[in-house]
Amino acid sequence: MCHQSVGLIASVIEKSGIPTICLSLLREITEKVKPPRALFVPFRIGYPLGEPHNADLQHRIIRSALTVLEFDNPLPVLRQFK
Amino acid sequence: MARLEELTFSDRLFVKAYRFRSFDWSPGARLSKPLSESRLALISSAGLHLPGQAAFDLETRGGDWSYRELPATVSVEELKIAHRSSAFDQGGAREDRNLAFPLDRLREMAGRGEIGAINHRHFSFMGSITAPGRLMAHSAPEVAEKLREDSVDAVLLVPV
Repeated sequence: MCHQSVGLIASVIEKSGIPTICLSLLREITEKVKPPRALFVPFRIGYPLGEPHNADLQHRIIRSALTVLEFDNPLPVLRQFK
Repeated sequence: MARLEELTFSDRLFVKAYRFRSFDWSPGARLSKPLSESRLALISSAGLHLPGQAAFDLETRGGDWSYRELPATVSVEELKIAHRSSAFDQGGAREDRNLAFPLDRLREMAGRGEIGAINHRHFSFMGSITAPGRLMAHSAPEVAEKLREDSVDAVLLVPV
């Protein structure tokens, strides 16, 4: 249900004029809620930034997410973290 | 990627039957400046709160739709976690709050000039909300208004 809440909050903020990017651990749910931008990350529930105390991995995930904000592609955009 | 199979049997049944909501955000907003000049805010659904703030109410029917403001100056290890979802393995986030609320990482990126600035406040929700009506009608618009007041340029949202 976290994915629904986050997707809905993102949608409301986006509608108010501020661009948003959501991380997502559960593609099935994010595809139903359809927030404007999401980055799917290949980790288990509770671990959206990958691993505890792995600053390098956490940075790469954030960078990858923020890059989605720079695209001028049609929305919604759903990308996969690699 | 996490899969629905990771959920308990009863959670899976619930997800299968549940009618997920969405909200029409069209046409969408655009980043108006480079990331290196943008002010970012963070939103987490891990049920984080300051030691002095009321914890989220785990008993509210349909889920606690309130939110907590977290100042940018907070030390992330201080944050408490009040979340009721059985699907959320809190072990990792208890070890390193950045796993769900990567404020230290954003600080480092702002320090290196990768992003312009981090906002002076961030927001925390408890994600386990099955009845999102009041979230949509009250908390989410309030937070959006605060982010606009702060001239935030972009928001990173992190579910658990």
